[in-house]
Amino acid sequence: MNAATNANPFAASEFEQRKNRRAIVMKWVLFGFCAILVIPLVGILLDIFIKAAPVLSFDYLWENPVNKGKQGGLWAPLMGTFYLVIGSLLFVAPIGVFAAVYMNEYARDGWINRIIGITVTSLAGVPSIVHGLFGVGAFVLFMLPAINRVVADPNDRSTKWEAGLLTASLTIAVMNLPVVIASTREALGAVPQAFREACWNLGATRWQTIRTVVLPNSLSGILTGIILVVSRAAGETAPILFTGATFFRFVEDQGWGKIFPYRPAEPFMAMSMHLNIISNQISQMPEKMKFGCAAVLIGLILFINSFAIMLRVWLRGRKRW
Amino acid sequence: MSEKANARRRKFQFLDALELPTEWIIRLCGWSSIIGIAAIFLFIFREAAPMVPKLDWIHFFTSPRWIPNPGTGNDASFGALALLVGTFTTTFIALIISVPIGLGAAVYVSEFAKGKTKETLKIIIELLAAIPSIVWGFIGLMILGPIVKWIFTAQPDTWWSHTMLTLHLASADTGAAQGTNLLTGGIILALMSVPLVVSLSEDALRAVPDSYREAALALGANPWETVRRVLFPAARNGLLAACMLGMGRAIGETMAVLMATGHNNRIPAALTDPVRTMTATIAAEMGEAVVDSDHYRMLFVLGIVLFVMTCGINVAADIIVKGVKGKTK
Repeated sequence: MNAATNANPFAASEFEQRKNRRAIVMKWVLFGFCAILVIPLVGILLDIFIKAAPVLSFDYLWENPVNKGKQGGLWAPLMGTFYLVIGSLLFVAPIGVFAAVYMNEYARDGWINRIIGITVTSLAGVPSIVHGLFGVGAFVLFMLPAINRVVADPNDRSTKWEAGLLTASLTIAVMNLPVVIASTREALGAVPQAFREACWNLGATRWQTIRTVVLPNSLSGILTGIILVVSRAAGETAPILFTGATFFRFVEDQGWGKIFPYRPAEPFMAMSMHLNIISNQISQMPEKMKFGCAAVLIGLILFINSFAIMLRVWLRGRKRW
Repeated sequence: MSEKANARRRKFQFLDALELPTEWIIRLCGWSSIIGIAAIFLFIFREAAPMVPKLDWIHFFTSPRWIPNPGTGNDASFGALALLVGTFTTTFIALIISVPIGLGAAVYVSEFAKGKTKETLKIIIELLAAIPSIVWGFIGLMILGPIVKWIFTAQPDTWWSHTMLTLHLASADTGAAQGTNLLTGGIILALMSVPLVVSLSEDALRAVPDSYREAALALGANPWETVRRVLFPAARNGLLAACMLGMGRAIGETMAVLMATGHNNRIPAALTDPVRTMTATIAAEMGEAVVDSDHYRMLFVLGIVLFVMTCGINVAADIIVKGVKGKTK
């Protein structure tokens, strides 16, 4: 080093150099936090899939569980989860979307909207087991007896409605309501205000504007949110534990009975419930069956979520405003 | 307008006549979340109500003796202290791990990472959030539990196990060596709540206007100084709310802690003692409790305690971010 460079008035002083070194160190520390998050996750998932590899096959998905799940496949719980998701969507999708439409398009920015906003956040924070208790209290112990008083024949047990797909779907629907509302609100909020104003200026009413301009322009965003709700509904255990899910139900191996295995008002099997029971409540369960079930459930959920992410990326690339 | 478009328009014109009914349907749906919250409280309270005046509330909060089904001749004891301690210790451990990692990862994703790295990290964190709690419980039981057990209690009568015992890191309980315990449950809860903390903190950091960053840059601050001296103070409320919501999630988690904490009703004396949380108690005992028995109603009382706690945390977090009137900055 010669005197000329030392005299450079813009050279970093020792104090500044120390600060910059610290900034670089902190950057790597923060990157380390991300790595702590990502690396174990990838390792764990790989571990599960490797241990599940011996059972994973098409037959494993297609066959019904045999001998308390020690042999056979996962068809019956897969179907139960499928119908549970469909059932809960039937309830939550219209109500959630309309609720978001109300908050975003109708309600003024006053205290009613604020109260609704607060109830949405608190509903989102209610623990899943409390939703389960609610399902027991409201649907199994209150709604079903009321229905049975009308439809059930006291001499014929088979006409009685039991806790099943209907009650579990309703419970899951209440639980997912705030998720649908939040994602739909975001999608509606992304539609530029100018679109609405243009529509109003043409003489359209509020409902016409929503139907012809706002909803079509936010449809893909709403769909993305609903797909995420599907994955949440498929994985939940605590809310369906006492509202209709059961560990074992006989499901036919062929014919229509295989595709429509459960009636709405009788207990059903579900993936999450199946994993819950076989992983710690049945002795001498082969290790590979536990990991197989976990791998299928994880695979299912990651598949649904990747679909939603791809939809969102595609949507962002297509956006014209 | 072409003929075809006109025909299509006429086909859907009947929908316009539904303006008024639709508006009322939409309004009703808009209130659905209020109805939902009220219904949850009402129906849980309806099941718990006969127990509320009967219950010795001081006993409930101070006694660790939770004996819902005593043998004949003994009285049932509903002391939830050990359950409360179990819930709060697992949550505390989860927060110790998830808050620094969550905030750090959020800062990295929002301020340092660029382009592909940023997108990849965000997607991975989102997928992490999607993994269901039963799978986390499975991971705790089958993968993390054995690791924790191997570290803390695997080698009896070595200097390592003695050190662990004196430091209250290993459980003194010989029967408790299954690897499902306070620490395992805490780590699993941390992994579950981190994605939430990350995404909410990232939102909070992104809400800080870019002019703040530019001003810091103009004053000669480097990236880390910008984060520490400018972004953290500016996003303080949002970051606090993110941590609180992470805590709410950890308190309310059920299936994962049921499988990963060992489910033992006592006050933990060491880091790897098995514990039992309120949520896990409800999940485990609801199936056996006879409908309308005291035990059954007590589980609903626990549900109310949980409901009030998590609602309080969520509402507080919401008010911290948005203020009482909901004005966004």
